[in-house]
Amino acid sequence: MAVYRPVRDLDWPLLIVTLALCTLGILQIYSATVGTKWQDAWWKQILWVATGLGMMWVASMLDYHALLGRVFYFYIGCLGLLIATAVIGNRVFGSTRWIKVAGFTLQTSEFVKIVLILLVAKFLTDIKSETLDWRDLLKLTAYVGLPTLLVMKQPDLGTSLTYIPILVCGVLMAGLRWKYLLIISGILLFTLPIGHHFLKPYQKDRLVSFINPDRDPKGTGFQVIQSRIAVGNGGMWGRGAKESSQTHLGFLPVPQTDFIFSSFAEEHGFVGIVIALVLYFLLIMQVVQNAQTATDRAGLYVCMGVAALLLFHVLVNVGMVIGRMPVTGIPLPLMSSGGSNTWSVFLMLGLVNSVRLRRFVN
Amino acid sequence: MALIQSEHRRSEEIPADRLSREDPKRAAGKIAIFQYLTVAVFVFLISGFWKLQVQNPDVYSEAAEHNRIKSTPVLAPRGKILDRDGRVIVDNKASYSLLLNREQIKPEHLPAIADALQLDYGDLAGKIRRMGNRPQIIIKDQLTRDEIAWVESHQDASAYPEMQIIRAWRRQYPQDGFAAHVIGYVGEINESELDSPQFIDYHQGDIIGKDGLERQYDQTLRGVDGQQRVLVDNMGHERQVENAQEAVPGKDLRTTLDLDLQAVAELSMEEKRGSVVALDPRNGAVLAMVSRPTFDPNKFTGRISRTDWNEIANDPHKPLMNRAIQAQLAPGSTFKPIMAIAGLETSVIDDETHFHCPGGASFYGHYFACHLKHGHGDIELHRAIAQSCDVFFYNVGNRLGIDRIAQYGELAGIGHKTGIDLPNETQGTMPSSKWKLRMFRQKWYAGETISVSIGQGAVTVSPLQIAAALGGLGAGGRWYKPHLIESDHPVLLRKGNFNPENLQKVIAGMYGVVNEGGTGRAAYMPGIKVCGKTGTAQLASSDVTKGAKLGSALANNAWFVGFAPMDNPEIVVVALFENAEESYNAVPIVRDVLKAYFDKKAREGKPLPENQTVRLNPVFKFFSDPAPAMLRPYVQPGASR
Repeated sequence: MAVYRPVRDLDWPLLIVTLALCTLGILQIYSATVGTKWQDAWWKQILWVATGLGMMWVASMLDYHALLGRVFYFYIGCLGLLIATAVIGNRVFGSTRWIKVAGFTLQTSEFVKIVLILLVAKFLTDIKSETLDWRDLLKLTAYVGLPTLLVMKQPDLGTSLTYIPILVCGVLMAGLRWKYLLIISGILLFTLPIGHHFLKPYQKDRLVSFINPDRDPKGTGFQVIQSRIAVGNGGMWGRGAKESSQTHLGFLPVPQTDFIFSSFAEEHGFVGIVIALVLYFLLIMQVVQNAQTATDRAGLYVCMGVAALLLFHVLVNVGMVIGRMPVTGIPLPLMSSGGSNTWSVFLMLGLVNSVRLRRFVN
Repeated sequence: MALIQSEHRRSEEIPADRLSREDPKRAAGKIAIFQYLTVAVFVFLISGFWKLQVQNPDVYSEAAEHNRIKSTPVLAPRGKILDRDGRVIVDNKASYSLLLNREQIKPEHLPAIADALQLDYGDLAGKIRRMGNRPQIIIKDQLTRDEIAWVESHQDASAYPEMQIIRAWRRQYPQDGFAAHVIGYVGEINESELDSPQFIDYHQGDIIGKDGLERQYDQTLRGVDGQQRVLVDNMGHERQVENAQEAVPGKDLRTTLDLDLQAVAELSMEEKRGSVVALDPRNGAVLAMVSRPTFDPNKFTGRISRTDWNEIANDPHKPLMNRAIQAQLAPGSTFKPIMAIAGLETSVIDDETHFHCPGGASFYGHYFACHLKHGHGDIELHRAIAQSCDVFFYNVGNRLGIDRIAQYGELAGIGHKTGIDLPNETQGTMPSSKWKLRMFRQKWYAGETISVSIGQGAVTVSPLQIAAALGGLGAGGRWYKPHLIESDHPVLLRKGNFNPENLQKVIAGMYGVVNEGGTGRAAYMPGIKVCGKTGTAQLASSDVTKGAKLGSALANNAWFVGFAPMDNPEIVVVALFENAEESYNAVPIVRDVLKAYFDKKAREGKPLPENQTVRLNPVFKFFSDPAPAMLRPYVQPGASR
C-alpha cells in the first residue's frame, strides 16, 4: 500500500465539474431566494460546500478497504441512527427525518446512502461464485431493505427510493442470471399494485397527478404544472437572473431546494440547462471512469454505486421538474440547498477519489 | 464513446478462462451498459426541456403571465346627489367587493365559496353562467371584516385563486326611506334593461340607476371604470400595480330639492299613506317630493337578496310606487278652481251668478248631493270656492259641457304627463267626448259631466299634476315643466290668455278657502297670504276593489293644494292623504311645508341668534350618525340640551 499519494493524483476533472455545479447551485440559490425569508441560504450553501470539500479530502485519504472492513459496524450504527431519528428526531411537515447534532439539523437518511454503497460493495466482493445465487440475493436485499423500510416509515419515500439503485446497480454489476432477472421483474410487476395499497394518500395523489397533472391543477398537480410553466417560461435563453416571475412570485414551491432546477431553467433557458446537464453527465461519466480504472472489484462497486445514485438523483429530480417523473421530493445533488445532501455527495465523491488514489496498488 | 468501445474490445480479446471474479475488467460490458443508460437518461431529460422551452415557449410564457398579472377593474364612484344648497343627499361609502376571475373559476370551488360567503349556490352559478362575456364577475358587495379575512386566507394559488377583493363604492342613502322615491336606487342591470335603448352601452353585471333620479340621470351619475394590472404572488397578494387606467368618477347631480322642506314634508307624512309635492310655480322647480309608504333604498344598493326584494315588491301598499307622479286618483274639489276659470272665461258664469244649494240637486234624472247636507243656500262663485259648494259647480259644469271642461283641464295639464325628469310618470285622465269615444266607443252622456265638475267620475290626476295645475293658475296661467335639476331655462309648457280679472276672482276664492273660514282655514299663517283648495275625493271605481283587498274602509282621500303668497306665488304644495276621510286632514301637512319655506326665507342670510334654541330639525333621524355635514350649520354648541 503506497504511503505517498500526491494531490496531483486526485481526480481533478471530477473536482472541477463538481465545483462548477456547486457554483451554479449557489448562484441560483442566491437568485431564487433574494428578498425572501430564505435569503441567507446561499452563504449557508457556501459553508456546506466548503466543509463538504474538507470531508471529501478526508474520505479520499482513507483507504476504502479499511472502511469496507468495518462496514458491519457502520451498518449497525446507521440502523441505530435511523431508530434514534424516529425517536428523538424533529417532526417537520408530518415526517421525522432530521436529527439535531451539535447545532446542525442533519437528515440521517442521506448518510445511510454512503454506508449502503459500502455495504453492497463489501457484500458483493465477498461472494466468490461467478453469479449471485438466490440466497445471496435475498440476504443483500434484506440488508438494504431494512434501512429502506425505516426511511419509508419516516415517511420519506423519495430518499428511501434512492437506496434501490445502489442495490440494483451492484447486483447487476456482480452478475445476475437472465432467468433471475426475468423472475424478479415478474414478481415486481405483480407486487407493485399491492405496494400502491400501502402508499400514503398524499403519495398516491402525487402518483396520480404525475400521470395527469391537469386533473387537479391547484392541488397536488400544482407543483408540477407551475414547474413546467417556469421551465417553459425560460424559453431558449432564459428570463435572466432574478427576472423570473414564477420563481420570484412564489409560484414555484421552495425554489432553492427540490425545484432549484426549475428556477434555473426559467432564468437561464434551454442553453443554461444544457450546460448544467452536460456538467452532470461529465460528473457521472467521470465517476464511471474511476470504476473502470479501479484496481479491484470493491473499488468498482463503490464507484458504480455512487454513479448509479447520482444518475438516479438527476433523473428523478430533473424529470420531476419537467413533469416526466413523479414528485418525490429528492434534491438535485450539488445544486439544491441543504447541508446533509451536500455533505453526503461530497463524502461519496471522496470515496471515489479514495478508489482512484489507490488504483495503482496491487 | 470511443472509450466505451475500446473497453468492449479489450474484454473480448481476453479469454474468459483467465478472468477471476477479482478482476474488475470482467464488468466492463456492464459498465458500458450503464454508460449507454446514462446517455439515454440525459437525452430523455434534454428532450423534455427542448419540448417545453424551445418548441412551444409561448404557451408557457403566457401561462406564467397569467399566473402573475391580474387585470382588475377600478370602480368609479357614482356622482353624489345634492340638494339645491349643495348639501349631500346621497353619498358613496368605500367598501369591498369580491370578484371572481372567470378564467380561473373551477366549478368545484363554487359550493365552498358560496357557503363561506352565505350566497345561494344556485344564484351564484346562474350569475356566472349569465355573464359569460365578462372576464370578472362581482359576486358579493359590502364584504364584512370576517368575509375579507376568509377570502384573504383562501385566495392563494392552491385554494381558490379566482377570488379577488376590489375596492368598491357603496351607495349611501338617507335612512328610513327619506326621499327614496325621488332619488330612486341602484341595482344590477337586468335583461329587459339591457335590451332597452336607454342602456345600449351597458353590459351584464353593470350597476345602474333603477328608479327615480338615479335612473333618469344614470349617464351623468355613473363614472367610467378604470383598469389596473396587478402583479400578484402565489398567495394572491398584490406586489405591484401597473398601468392603472384612471377611473373617472361620475358627476355630481345638483337637484332643485330643498332638504329642509323635504324633511318637513317627510315628517308630516309619517304613518300616513299619500304624497306631498312642493313646486316653485314660477319655473317648475320641485322643492320636495314625498311618497308614502316608503322603502329603504340602502337595501337595494348593489345586489339585493331575493327575499328582501320579494318582501318589498309584494307589499300590498306598493311602497315602491312613487305616488307623487304615479298615483291616479280623483282630484275631488281641488278640480274646482279649474272649473271656475273655465266658467268665467267662457262667460257661462260671472261673479254675480248665484245658484241655490239646498244640499243637492237633480240633473238628468239623477240626484247629486252636496257635501254639506243642509246646503249652502244662495251661493256665488267666491263663496262656492271657499266653502267648496258642489251644487254650484254641478251647475257650472252643466252649462259648460264636458268638452269645454276638458279644454281648460288639459290647458292646466290634466290628462297629460307633466314631463318631469323622473321615469314612469303616469298621465292621468281628463275625460272628454272624444276620449270616451276612443276608449269605450260610446257617446258621452251629459249626466257624466256633473260628476267631472267636482273632480269625480273619470277624471284622475297625480299629486304632481294637480299641484302644477293650480300652481300655474296661481302664477297667472303659466304652466312650467316641473323639473328636479337646476336649469337656467325653465320650459314654459302652456300659457292661458286669461282675463286677469277672471283669474283674480278664482284666486280670491282660493284665498277665501284659507283666510275666510273656508275649508282650508287650518293653513292660515299670519303675515302670509296663503291660497288653496281642499278636496275630498271618493275612491275612483278602479280603486274600489283595491281598497277592499286592503281591508281598509273605502274612506275618501283627502287633498289640499296650497300656494303662497297670493300675488306672484313662489311655492305651491300639494298633500294627498289617502283614506283620511275628510279634506281638513290634509291641510296641516301643506301648512307645515309652507311655513318651513317662509321660515327659511326669513332667516336666509341671517346668522342664528347666539342663544336661540334651535328647534333641531328632526331630519336627523333619517340619517345615520354622526350628524350629516349638511346639518352642521344648524347645530349650535349646546343647542340640543
